[in-house]
Amino acid sequence: MLMRHRSTQDEVPRDALPMAAGVRARRTSDFAVFAAVVAACAGAVAFLVHAEDQRLVLSTLVACGIAWFAAARFRVIAAVERGAAGHPWPTRLVLVAACLGILVVLREDNFGLLMLATVLIYATVCLGLTIQLGYAGLSNFCAAAFLGCGGYTAAALGQAEGIAIPDLAGILLGGAVAVAIGSLLVLPLLRTRGHYAALTTLAFGVMFNVFLDANEMLGGPQGLKLAPITLFGWDFSNDLSLFGMTFSFYANYVLLCLALTAAALALVGLLDRSWIGIRLDAVRLDEVAAQVFGLRIARWKILAFTLGNVLAGMAGAIYAKMTGFIAPNNFTLGDSLMMVSIVILGGIGNRWGVLPAALIVVLLPEKLQFIQEYRLLLFAVLVILVLVLSPSGLLPRRTRTLVAGRQA
Amino acid sequence: MSALAAAPAILEAKGLSVRFGGLFALNALDLTVRRGEVLGLIGPNGSGKTTFFNVTSGIYPAAAGTIVLDGRDITREPAHALAGLGLARTFQRSRLCLPLSVFDNIALGAQERLPQGVIDNLLRRRTLTRTVAALAEEARDLARLFNPDLAQRLDEPAVALGMIDRRRVEICRALIGRPKILLLDEPSAGMTHDETNQLIDEILDVQRSRGDLTVIIVEHEMGLIERITDRCVVLNYGRKICEGHFREVAADPTVREAYLGHS
Repeated sequence: MLMRHRSTQDEVPRDALPMAAGVRARRTSDFAVFAAVVAACAGAVAFLVHAEDQRLVLSTLVACGIAWFAAARFRVIAAVERGAAGHPWPTRLVLVAACLGILVVLREDNFGLLMLATVLIYATVCLGLTIQLGYAGLSNFCAAAFLGCGGYTAAALGQAEGIAIPDLAGILLGGAVAVAIGSLLVLPLLRTRGHYAALTTLAFGVMFNVFLDANEMLGGPQGLKLAPITLFGWDFSNDLSLFGMTFSFYANYVLLCLALTAAALALVGLLDRSWIGIRLDAVRLDEVAAQVFGLRIARWKILAFTLGNVLAGMAGAIYAKMTGFIAPNNFTLGDSLMMVSIVILGGIGNRWGVLPAALIVVLLPEKLQFIQEYRLLLFAVLVILVLVLSPSGLLPRRTRTLVAGRQA
Repeated sequence: MSALAAAPAILEAKGLSVRFGGLFALNALDLTVRRGEVLGLIGPNGSGKTTFFNVTSGIYPAAAGTIVLDGRDITREPAHALAGLGLARTFQRSRLCLPLSVFDNIALGAQERLPQGVIDNLLRRRTLTRTVAALAEEARDLARLFNPDLAQRLDEPAVALGMIDRRRVEICRALIGRPKILLLDEPSAGMTHDETNQLIDEILDVQRSRGDLTVIIVEHEMGLIERITDRCVVLNYGRKICEGHFREVAADPTVREAYLGHS
C-alpha cells in the first residue's frame, strides 16, 4: 500500500534561497513587461481614437493585430498576467496612469472622448454579462434592455416636475430599476436552459423595445431629452481645467465611466476569487452535481442576474445623461448582440478581455466610415478572424488558483 | 458482521417506487443500510441501482414510499438540502467541473460550511483567506490519503488529471463534507482492472479511518464487490430479488437467472 506511490517528500529539496531570488527577479521582469505592454496599449488606443486618416487607422489596426498574436504566441500575455498578479498595487497604479495619459492626449477631442466613454459604458455592461454568462452560465440576450432601463430611469427622473433627485441617486436608481424589471424575467429564466433561456431573453428584449415605442409617456419613438449630470455641485457640461490644461467637458464623463468600470472590474474580480465564484462556476458547469453538494441553483442564478443588471442599469443612466437624448433604437436587439459578442470576443469569463473587445466592437464601426455600408461586414469578418485564430477569445480565462499546488 | 447487524439503520427505504411513465424503475423497494457497513448494490443493467441513488439524493422524485436518513424522512427533501443532512455521492459518469482547479472541485463538497453571504465573500477578505487556507489544508490531507502526488496538484485544472485521479477527486469532494453516508456509483467505470483495485483499497482505507462512514457501492465488477462489501442487495427490474453476504447472493439461483437469463 505505502510503497505504491512515488513519494515526493523523499526528493531532495531544491536549494530554497537562489530559487526565491530567481523567482523575484522573474517577477520584476514580468512586471516590467506588463508596464511596457500597458504603455504600448495606451498609446495605441489614444492614437486609434484620435486618428482621422482611414489608411492610418487600418494600418495601425493591422499592426495591433499582428502584435497581439505575436504576444500570444511568444507568451508575452502570460508574462503580463504574471507581472500584474505579482504586484497588485503597482498594477493598479500603472493602469490609472495609462488612463490619465490617454485622457491628457485626447483632452480636446470631443468625439474621441465620447467614444472612449461609450467604450467604458459597454465594458461595464459586459462585466455584468461576464457575471451572468461567463460565471453563472445565464443567457442574456437583452443586456441592452437593462441598459435602457437605467437610461429611461434617468430620463424619467429628469421629466418629473417638482421633485429634484440628485444625479448620483438617479444613477443608483437606474441600477435598481434594471434589477426590478429584470426580476420579471427571473422566473422564465430559472425554468429554461440553453437555447430556450436564450430565446426567453431575446423575446424580452424585443418586448422592451416595442413597449418603449408605444409608450407616450416615455416619448415613444421620438425618445426623451436629458440634462447633463451634476455631481456634488459640479456641472458636467463645464470644461475641466487641471494642471494648466483644458479638458473637454466629455472628460468628466470619461472619468465617471472609468470609476464605474473600475468598480465593476473590482466587483467581478472579488466575486471570482471567492466561494461565490466557485459556486457560480459549478452552477454553470454542472447543475446536478452542484445541487447534490448543497447549492440552491436558483439563489445563485438570481444573485448573478441581479449583480449583472445593476451594472447595466447604472451604466445606462450615465450613458443617457452623457448623450443627452435617448430613444428606443438606442437599445435594440442588435445592441444586445453586440454586448454578447464583446464578452465572447474578449474571452468568456475573463474580466480584462472585455476592455479590448469593447474597444474593437465600439470603435471600429465608427472608424471605418470610409467603407460606409460595408463597415459592419468588415467588422464581422474581423470578429470571425479573431475567433478563428484564437477560439477562446482575445484573453482566454485562466484556471482560478486560490491555493498553490506545491507546498512551500 | 454480527456487530454490524446490530448497528442502527442509517438509511431506510420502505416501499420505494420511482416511475418513468409506465415503467417502474424502482418497484416497492425495501432496503435497510446499517451504520458503518459497506453495502453492495448489484443487478443487471437497468435494474434500478442508479435510480436508487438518484431518488435518494433528491434528483428524482419518489412515486411512492419513504426514505429515512438517520431518523429523518428525506423523501420530499430537495437535492440541495441533502448534503447538509450528511449524504454525499459520486456519479457513474465522472461529473467534475473539468475547467476548474482540483481545489475548487473539492471545495464544492464543503460548501455547506463555507461563507454564503455576499458581504462575507466580497468584503471580509481576511476571513476568506483564512477559510481558503484551512480548507486547502483539509483538501490536501484528504488527497494525500489517496495519492501524495494529487495533494501537490490542487492548483491544476481537473481536466489535466487522468481517470483514476479524477475518481479520487470526486471521492475527496464527497468526503470533505464529512458525510454520514457515501453513495459510490460505479467507481470502476472507465478504469483498468489494476486502477480499480488500487482505488478500492484506498476507499476501504479511508472508510476504516472514519469509523462510522457508511458506504453504498454500485459496481459491475464482482471480484471487487466480493472484496469490499459486508453485504449485498441484488436488484432486478426495480425489485429486490436477493440480499445477504456476497457468497450467498452469488449462489442464489434467482440471481444467476437474473444475470444469465433462462437457460
